[in-house]
Amino acid sequence: MAEQNMKMEQYDSSLFQQVELNEQAAERISGKSLNFWQDAWMRLRKNKAAIMSLIIILILSLLSIFGPMLAGRDAYEQSITKAKLPPKVTGLEWAGFDGVSTLGEKEINFYETKKVEENYWFGTDHLGRDLWSRVWEGTRVSLFIGLMAAIIDVIVGVTYGGISAYNGGRVDNIMQRIVEVLTGVPNLILIILFILILEPGITTIILAMTITGWIGMSRLVRGQILKLKNQEFVLAARTLGASSTRLIFKHLIPNTLGTIIISLMFTIPGAIFFEAFLSFIGLGLAPPQPSLGTLINEGYRELKTFPFLLVVPSTVIVLLMVSFNMLADGLRDAFDPRLRR
Amino acid sequence: MENRRKLLEVKNLKQHFNIGRGRVVKAVDGISFDIYEGEVLGLVGESGCGKSTTGRTIIGLYDATDGDVIFKDENVHGKKSRKEKLKFNRAMQMIFQDPYASLNPRMTVGDIIAEGIDIHGLAKSSEDRNNRVYDLLETVGLTKEHASRYPHEFSGGQRQRIGIARALAVEPDFIIADEPISALDVSIQAQVVNLMKKLQRERNLTYLFIAHDLSMVKYISDRIGVMYQGHLVELCDADRLYENPVHAYTKSLLSAIPLPDPEHERTRKRIIFDRPTSGPVGKSTDDTSIPPLREIEPGHYVSLTDAEYEAYKAQLV
Ligand SMILES: Nc1ncnc2c1ncn2[C@@H]1O[C@H](COP(=O)(O)OP(=O)(O)OP(=O)(O)O)[C@@H](O)[C@H]1O
Ligand SMILES: [Mg+2]
Repeated sequence: MAEQNMKMEQYDSSLFQQVELNEQAAERISGKSLNFWQDAWMRLRKNKAAIMSLIIILILSLLSIFGPMLAGRDAYEQSITKAKLPPKVTGLEWAGFDGVSTLGEKEINFYETKKVEENYWFGTDHLGRDLWSRVWEGTRVSLFIGLMAAIIDVIVGVTYGGISAYNGGRVDNIMQRIVEVLTGVPNLILIILFILILEPGITTIILAMTITGWIGMSRLVRGQILKLKNQEFVLAARTLGASSTRLIFKHLIPNTLGTIIISLMFTIPGAIFFEAFLSFIGLGLAPPQPSLGTLINEGYRELKTFPFLLVVPSTVIVLLMVSFNMLADGLRDAFDPRLRR
Repeated sequence: MENRRKLLEVKNLKQHFNIGRGRVVKAVDGISFDIYEGEVLGLVGESGCGKSTTGRTIIGLYDATDGDVIFKDENVHGKKSRKEKLKFNRAMQMIFQDPYASLNPRMTVGDIIAEGIDIHGLAKSSEDRNNRVYDLLETVGLTKEHASRYPHEFSGGQRQRIGIARALAVEPDFIIADEPISALDVSIQAQVVNLMKKLQRERNLTYLFIAHDLSMVKYISDRIGVMYQGHLVELCDADRLYENPVHAYTKSLLSAIPLPDPEHERTRKRIIFDRPTSGPVGKSTDDTSIPPLREIEPGHYVSLTDAEYEAYKAQLV
C-alpha cells in the first residue's frame, strides 16, 4: 500500500485531465448516409465484370436498333449474284475481314471473282442477304423476347406469388396447387401444341412463356413475402393501422425488389436461349424472319466452307448470354442481404 | 388498488394455432387479468410459454380463439369499421423484441417514426410532420440528424429507441413491450428501461412489460404475472412476489436470479421446477394439469390444486 502511494506521488496530477463522457457524441453517426439503391450501385460499380457486361448489353441493344440502318441495307433483300460473300471491312483486313475464303486448298477473294465493289461487314448468306443487317435484326428479336419474358415475369409472376403469399391460408393453398399442375406441363409439348393451332413465330413463343415461364418468379416472390409478412416491422405497421395498400407498397414490395430484379436478370438470358433453341430445332421463328437461332441453324449447315455464317451469330448470342448472367451475378452480390443489416 | 380505473381487462383469452394435420398448439390457454390505468404489469415466463402470443392477441395481430379483451370498457375484438380500428390503433401500441427485424430496412428513420403520423393524418403540414419527428427523436435521446439515416446504421439500443419513438408518435395510452430489452447488451438494457420508466411517468402511460427473466421486470413493474405453458400461474404485487412466492414455478424462476451479494450467492440453490406434464412446453393439452387461480391473500393469485392449497394454509399457521 505504502509502495503504491510512493509511486502515485511520482506523477504530477496536473498531467492528468478528467475525461468527460459526452452522451450526445456517443450517439453521433459519421459518414454519408446511403440508401439501399445507392449502396447497391456503389458495390456494383466496383464489380468490373458486371460493369463490362452492362456496357456490352447497352452496345448490343443499340446495335440491334440502329445496326441495320448503319449499313443501309435491307435484311430481306436477296441477290443471288452476291451470295456467300465473306466478311470484308476496309482497314480490318489484317483481322480476317479481308473478303478471302479458303475453298479446298485455294484462297479465293470472292469480292474480286464476283466483281462486288461495296463491302459486306459480316458477309452475306446463301441468298445474298446482308448478314450484318440480319444479325442485328435477329438480336432485336432475341432482346424483344427477353424483354417480354421479363414483363410476363413481373406482371404474372410477381402478382401471382404476391397475392398467394399475402392472403395465405386457403387462397395460398389453392393457388399453389394450380402452380403444381402447371409445373408438370413440359414447355416443349406446349410449344408444339401451340404451333399446331397457331403458326410458328414470336407470338407462339411468348404465349408458351406466359403459361409456364413465370412460375419460378412467383415461387421466389411468394417465399419472400411469406417471410416478410411475419417480420416485426410489418407487424409494427399493422399495429399502427396501416392499410393493405400501404403494407404492400411501402413494406413488402420495396423489400422484395432486389430479389425480383436479380431473378429478372436471369430470366432474360433464359428466354433468349429458349428462343434460339426453338428456332435452331425448327420450332421457332419462320423464315425469312431472322433470329439468332435461325441464323445459327443456317450457318451450321455451311460450317466447313463458310464458317463466318455460324461464327458471327454465335458470338453475338454468347456475348448476350454471358453478359446478362454476369450482370445478374454482379447485381446479386450488390444486393446481397447478408452483407447488410 | 381496486378503486383505480381498469384500462384493460383480459377475460379467459385463448389462442390456439392450427399447425396442420389436425394438430393444435395451445399457445395461450385461458388467461385472465386486469391492467389498471398508469400501472406496469410485468409478464414473465420461460421461452415459448406464450407471452408474445398473449401480447399480439391483445393488440389484435392474431384473432383470438376464445375470450374477450376489453379496453377502456369496449370490446376490442368485435370491432369492425376501419374508423374504430384506427382509434384503437392509436390508443394501444407495441414495442417489439428484435431491434434488427422491427425496423423496415428500406425506410429512413424519419419515415419509420412518422408512419403512425402519416396513417392517422396527425400532421397539419410537412413541416409539422418533421418537427414531430425531431421532437420524438429527442425524446428518446437521439438527434434530428438521425432522421435521414437508415436503420442499418444504428446500434441495437438505438434501434430499440427508434421503435419506442415510432410507438409514441400516435400518443398511445397503453403500450405492450414484448421483451424490449432481451436482445440488448446488459449495459444498454438499463438505458432502455430507464427511458421507458421516464416516459411512463411523463406521459402517464400504462405498460404490459413482457420479459423472460425476473430481474429487470422487478425494477419496472408494479405487479407481475408469471406465465407457464399458456397459463397464468401466479399474479401479485412485484414486491410481494419476491417476499412470498407461492407457486413452485415462481420459486424456481426467483432462484435463478443472481444477486450482487457473495454471502447469498454462496448459499443460493437453484430450485428446479418439475411439474409432471402431459406434453412438451407450450403444447400441453391436458387442461387439468394447471389448476385455476385462487386468491390466497388480497391481490395475490396463485394456481394451486386443493391439496397444495391445504398444504400452504397449514404452513402459514
Ligand atoms: N403463428 C404461430 N403458429 C404456430 N405456433 C405458434 C405461432 N406463434 C407461436 N406459436 C407457438 O406458441 C408457443 C408460444 O409462443 P410465444 O412466441 O408466444 O412464446 P414466448 O413466451 O413469447 O417465447 P419467447 O420468450 O421465446 O419469445 C410456442 O410453442 C410457439 O411455437
Ligand atoms: Mg416472445
